[in-house]
Amino acid sequence: MSLAPKLRAPPPGRPEPPQDLPRRLEALLRLAFPLVSTALVLILSATPSGLPALAFALAMPSIAFWTVFRPAGMAPPMVFVLGLLLDFLTMAPLGVHIIALLALHGAAMRLRFWLARQGFIVVWLCFCVGALGATLLTWGFTALLLLSLPPWPPIFHTLLLATGFYPPIAILLSRAHEAMRRAENAP
Amino acid sequence: MIRLSIPLRQVLARLSLPIMIAFAFGVMLLGKADTLLVERMRSTLSDALAPIYAAISQPVNAVEEAVAEIRGLATLRSDNARLREENERLRRWHAAALGLESENALLRRQLGFMPEGAPNFHAARVVADGGGTYARAVLLSIPPQHGIRKGQVALDERGFVGRVTEVGSRSARVLLATDMNSRVPVTLEGSRARAVMAGTNGARPRLAHWPEGVIPQEGERVVTSAQANAFPAGLPVGVVRRNAQGSLEVELFARLDHLEMVRLFDFGLSGILPPEAVARPEPRASRR
Repeated sequence: MSLAPKLRAPPPGRPEPPQDLPRRLEALLRLAFPLVSTALVLILSATPSGLPALAFALAMPSIAFWTVFRPAGMAPPMVFVLGLLLDFLTMAPLGVHIIALLALHGAAMRLRFWLARQGFIVVWLCFCVGALGATLLTWGFTALLLLSLPPWPPIFHTLLLATGFYPPIAILLSRAHEAMRRAENAP
Repeated sequence: MIRLSIPLRQVLARLSLPIMIAFAFGVMLLGKADTLLVERMRSTLSDALAPIYAAISQPVNAVEEAVAEIRGLATLRSDNARLREENERLRRWHAAALGLESENALLRRQLGFMPEGAPNFHAARVVADGGGTYARAVLLSIPPQHGIRKGQVALDERGFVGRVTEVGSRSARVLLATDMNSRVPVTLEGSRARAVMAGTNGARPRLAHWPEGVIPQEGERVVTSAQANAFPAGLPVGVVRRNAQGSLEVELFARLDHLEMVRLFDFGLSGILPPEAVARPEPRASRR
């Protein structure tokens, strides 16, 4: 089973589509979709009544997925913006989530070509390792900034949530990615 | 769109991650250096997001309420059974109480017992705390033509508050049970042992001088005792509590920290009064 959308190079010799306004707008929307959808999910998941670890756990699968399969839609500045939003939404010390998400993004970027060819289970396992690294990074920087050891359970819960959320999020996002790919390849 | 040459774009793409990480460290330092700015930004963001949260909280609340409702329906059966059983038990107690009441009336008739008349009382509003000679005392506002005397007992709606120590033409001062100068003879309701409740200026008066061989139990009810003829017997005072040091205290029923109204009861007693009034208490104004 491979949920990873196949990276296919566009057939050579296709004429460049005309750059009229609706098409440009569409391309811009497609470019902004990963950032905007992730930001919306973050805002909705950080409701005051919800789980405090939820927002970070939802951010990691989304960022990892888009980095691997649509890197143009999840460039480092966008990850930075999402991390900043997350820092403001959760009451974490400023910058902690930015570093963690950028590290996750960097790792995914490095392994992107290899990961895109692997099956779903391998990608999931790699994501788990990456999420572990990111949560540990959050914990370490929080400890450094607050000069005290934060409790372990929230980190653990975040990791479990992120691991569990990856498959459904990946299924949803690969549908969206496939749709956008079809639209891009349409003559 | 700005058109850049391909090598420049590649360089920018390769550099953007390190630059962003450097920015992240900068943000971290900024957050550490200027907490006020960060707080202001955080509150601005929450202000902007508040309407969204308000909007989504309504369906969420509706769902939560529905879930609670369903859960309530699920336990309805067991609740019903439990209530029916409890009702049965209470009915038995009701019957027992009625039986005891009639038996009591019968025994009273046979003994020729004279019931005590209901004491008359004045309700007065507390207008000030503290002040005067005592650390724990309240000032009451009373109407000019009153029948209030020194030594009357003050109760709030829950229990014993203190005693009237000074009476003016429009005000009266009540020494609270928590004051260091307050000593109240009490009875432990479980063992019927007598003791003295001594104020400490703290929230809970100390229990002292209980007879040898009696150990006041935690949670035992404490009522006033008719010893020394200063109080009528059986006014509710509080319950016995053991404090962290292991000594026994009384948790008062009355809420002395926010008294609003007290009732001053005239039980017609002439027991021990504060020193300056030892000579003789004035007689009651109206005797039944």
